[in-house]
Amino acid sequence: MDKIPILKIGHFLMVAIQVDLYDRLALNLEADLVQAVSKTGARGVLIDISAVSIVDSFMGRILGNIAGMSKVLDADTVIVGMQPAVAITLVELGLPLKGVQTALNVEKGMELLQQKLQITGEEESEE
Amino acid sequence: MIVLSSDNMRILKELDMVVFRNRLKEFAVKIGMGLVNQTKLITAASELSRNMLRYAGGGTVLIEIVNGPQRQNGVRVTFSDNGPGIPNIEQAMKDGFSTGKSLGLGLPGAKRLVSDFDIKSTVGKGTTITIIKWKNG
Amino acid sequence: MKLDTAKILQKRKKQILELWMKNQLVDFSLREDLMSNDELTVQSEELVDVLLQTLSGNNLEDLQASSLEAVHEVLEGISISRAKQGYSPRETGMFVFSLKDALLSILAQEIKNDPVQLLDESLKVSKLIDSLGIITFETFIKGREEVILRQTDEITEISTPVIRVWDGIVAMPIIGTLDSSRTQVVMENLLQEIVDTSSSIAILDISGVPAVDSLVAQHLIKTVSATRLMGAECIISGIRPEIAQTVVHLGIDLSGIVTKASLASALRHAYALLQLEVKKVVAK
Ligand SMILES: Nc1ncnc2c1ncn2[C@@H]1O[C@H](COP(=O)(O)OP(=O)(O)O)[C@@H](O)[C@H]1O
Ligand SMILES: [Mg+2]
Repeated sequence: MDKIPILKIGHFLMVAIQVDLYDRLALNLEADLVQAVSKTGARGVLIDISAVSIVDSFMGRILGNIAGMSKVLDADTVIVGMQPAVAITLVELGLPLKGVQTALNVEKGMELLQQKLQITGEEESEE
Repeated sequence: MIVLSSDNMRILKELDMVVFRNRLKEFAVKIGMGLVNQTKLITAASELSRNMLRYAGGGTVLIEIVNGPQRQNGVRVTFSDNGPGIPNIEQAMKDGFSTGKSLGLGLPGAKRLVSDFDIKSTVGKGTTITIIKWKNG
Repeated sequence: MKLDTAKILQKRKKQILELWMKNQLVDFSLREDLMSNDELTVQSEELVDVLLQTLSGNNLEDLQASSLEAVHEVLEGISISRAKQGYSPRETGMFVFSLKDALLSILAQEIKNDPVQLLDESLKVSKLIDSLGIITFETFIKGREEVILRQTDEITEISTPVIRVWDGIVAMPIIGTLDSSRTQVVMENLLQEIVDTSSSIAILDISGVPAVDSLVAQHLIKTVSATRLMGAECIISGIRPEIAQTVVHLGIDLSGIVTKASLASALRHAYALLQLEVKKVVAK
């Protein structure tokens, strides 16, 4: 079956969703990501959804789950690149994605994660 | 209302939903629907087809291009299943109500995303939901 | 003996057209600025042609007859085009009603020996033209509505400009009421501009919005939520004192939104978020 690749970049994990998500695939991504956060001790997760044209309540819930579970494992989650049409639709659907941070693009998302890390002042203390 | 063209599909497994959403997009593009309205329509349809799979074990969808009262074109989608039906429609249409431990936004959210929403359900017989999204609405 | 009005009129087509043209040309309201006499002749001839061709004893009796559809079509075409050209309803109405005079005078000439018949046939012709008059008005209004719809679209388009205020800051002044279709346009334009310029701050200035009720507030909140989903911050500026009052009186909750009284203070806030500083240069 299809699998969405997870990349490790420094302290962070990055996922770019390039395919049309069906529910099973989204559930697998959730499980894989949480596994990866735990295994690598990553401090941040960046999910690029710029190629995603539909986010419904199921997919929205998965994104929320990923953020919540990563938080428990001490990692921040940033969703980047949401298309305007998707954002407008999500608001109308009634899904504000509370607790999920967002950024305009990958670059800005990385900056945001980096900032968070600096605020907690832990970057240097890594061994 | 005049039906200009139509297509029928069965939704029996998750991958059918992907095929259905793509087909629906073709119809919306054909009448020149804008991207935001397309996205709203397909998102609503995604919710309703998932409900059919989850709560009724599948069903059929009918996609039609219709010409409405103001000579405006639109896409009409009818979801029919022979599942258990919905005992209390008013309750099911409320934000947050779910018997499936999910967000409970599918039905009320879908209604907000389309121009016209009609639901009929008989316990033990099944559920039929018809939505219309006008090209500019 | 039964008279065939349709036949009589068909025979006298040339005279009818002449008379009708004469009636129209003496009408002082004739709009030569909108249409030349030649064009008017072409339109008139087209209508007389199709009318006399389709006229028969049957549809003179039954005005709903489907055989009259061809006439209706020509008439609708003419009156829609007149609506778009800016003719007044009176001018458009006169076009059809002056045909009645022409038809009736010809009938009077042809049936002058039988007053009862004349009255009978005149009534029928009169009714026919009246029904054509109604169709003319209906289509005329429809034509006007189309014009209005198009203008509304244009106004919405031009009344939501997005301004790049600074690197990373876009602003959109909203002028006029904010209804749901307008909100959609505002959102689309604003969000697209945010993507195109990769701006992380958007300022929505509502000084030009006459009133904020709970519905408008809801639209504003939706716009802010959508902006945040994209990863940008949205500041609402231009909150006049009256608006602040109604917001509180109506119990509208804007606490999740950054609101500022003026565009200037919104900008100041935006600069702070971007860690920018605007300073006066001290002359040496
Ligand atoms: N096709 C259907 N057949 C039977 N029950 C349904 C159907 N669609 C929806 N329902 C019922 O309505 C409830 C609300 O649906 P929805 O708003 O989509 O939220 P969710 O799917 O998150 O539960 C469901 O939990 C289910 O009980
Ligand atoms: Mg659902």
